[in-house]
Amino acid sequence: MSALIFILREAPLQRVDLAALTPDRLLGLSESKIAALELQTTRVRLCAGELFKIRMGDAMQIQFEGGHERFDRVGASMTKGEINVAGDVGIQVGRLMQGGRLTIRGNAGPWAASGMKAGTVAISGDAGERIGGPLAGETVGMRGGVVVVRGDAGARAGDRMRRGLIIVEGKTGIHPGSRMIAGTLVVRGRAGSLPGYLMSRGSIFAMNGSDAVSPTFADSGVHELVANTLLASYIQRYSADVAAALRRPWRRLIGDMAVIGKGEIFSPSVPS
Amino acid sequence: MSQLTVNGIRVDDTFAEAFGMRATALTITAHSVAWANQAAVTMTGFATSVIGCGCESGIDRSLNPDETPDGRPGVRVLLFAVSTSELQKQLQNRVGQCVLTSPGSACYAGLEADEELKLGNALRFFGDGWQVAKRLGDKRYWRIPVMDGEFICSATTGLSKTAVGGGNIIVMGASAVTTLAATERAVEAIAAVPDVILPFPGGIARSGSKVGSKYKGVVASTNDAYCPTLKGSGRSALDSDIASVLEIVIDGLSSTAVSEAMRAGVRAILTLGPERGALRIGAGNYGGKLGPHHYHLKDLLP
Repeated sequence: MSALIFILREAPLQRVDLAALTPDRLLGLSESKIAALELQTTRVRLCAGELFKIRMGDAMQIQFEGGHERFDRVGASMTKGEINVAGDVGIQVGRLMQGGRLTIRGNAGPWAASGMKAGTVAISGDAGERIGGPLAGETVGMRGGVVVVRGDAGARAGDRMRRGLIIVEGKTGIHPGSRMIAGTLVVRGRAGSLPGYLMSRGSIFAMNGSDAVSPTFADSGVHELVANTLLASYIQRYSADVAAALRRPWRRLIGDMAVIGKGEIFSPSVPS
Repeated sequence: MSQLTVNGIRVDDTFAEAFGMRATALTITAHSVAWANQAAVTMTGFATSVIGCGCESGIDRSLNPDETPDGRPGVRVLLFAVSTSELQKQLQNRVGQCVLTSPGSACYAGLEADEELKLGNALRFFGDGWQVAKRLGDKRYWRIPVMDGEFICSATTGLSKTAVGGGNIIVMGASAVTTLAATERAVEAIAAVPDVILPFPGGIARSGSKVGSKYKGVVASTNDAYCPTLKGSGRSALDSDIASVLEIVIDGLSSTAVSEAMRAGVRAILTLGPERGALRIGAGNYGGKLGPHHYHLKDLLP
């Protein structure tokens, strides 16, 4: 059975909340019921049928043909199935996601995979700030799953991350891995200033160095760790290039000593 | 006892009687095959029989780097015990004293099952607070700082409650040399069967036992019926041409694995023939009343 397809009619005039268009919510619904789902975030009513031309198919495979930076909360809380977006998306894609696969063939706004618990989010373009991070008032960010950003990421990638894996193949903004509780953040490009700011545990790979490292991190020397080989084997399926690069000695900095100091930043053995 | 003769070798019409056991498996890796083997051999030492060792353990097979979680050479080890609590105790002690201590080693779950035993979850305390957990997908590992770097260990490993211990083949020959040759050939053939171990030295026991003793408090004693020097004593099960007897004991993760191992062993002995090998094959049992698994030799013939 082919995918359930949403074809964008025209750019929305307001931000839209697409959390209703997930496999969990659409399974078993008729075309008319799907078309009647409300997506607006203002007082102006906007139904799915007005924003998209709908081509019915398997609700476990949802495809958006055409995206927009006003497409917020795509795949939020989804637990199964697949969502593919051909285009950009807005804030909080994959927010609190619990399973399934979300693929964005474009750029994503801030808080992508915010508080995510399981599943996979793949973003072919750039991601905004605070990937996986918590919203205001929340104490914990990403709690599991995998996020792969093929482009760059904004500031505070992996903020308050508790578990899971974030791979950024490009560079990041400042404070990647800020306040990390645990988990793994891999930055293939240049990491922004002060990676791991106030991190308590967890691993950050600044594979191409960082603009500045906090003096509250201590150099524990160059190591070729089995743990990194294990990580490389796991990452292979998501990013072969990153996996290959992991299989070599890395300089390990431990910190942030401003807190409990059980985190680690791996950077090139010779500082760049 | 009635017998069949295959390729000139007498095969007793009897069966091996085996018991249900608790078991687990580990994958041990290191920088080289030699060091992975060293860790595995040390860990599986003094684990020939639950009677005196608490567990039975051995190497299942060597693993190529592409078969191990960390891409290094490895060895798969199986561990069997009579209870879950004893298995947990033996696992923790043996990995802690023999694998953790071995240079460059890492230890991973070698069995996936619904029920689990603590592995790194028990050993992590050696890290004295410096240990960190790392979850990759659905697998959780402990990283314990040690003097040559880190000891990586799966948090848990699977527990099998359908394992079988005590499959056996009794090999009887005209001399110690020919009997050993036949038994070695069987051990070699069984090594190719997955999910089984032969816990005795080199896979062979020369001191098969019977249950009980004339002495109070001794739970097992020599299998006098199969001791060639006791032929003529009235209780001997040996023919006049038998001068040496050896036993292969087989533990497996499943009844099928034990059966296949016995089949491979029996065939290897029969293939070698009576001139260079054994004159007779038998199996040990307790009358069929104690163990639920019975492996009849006649069902294992080529």
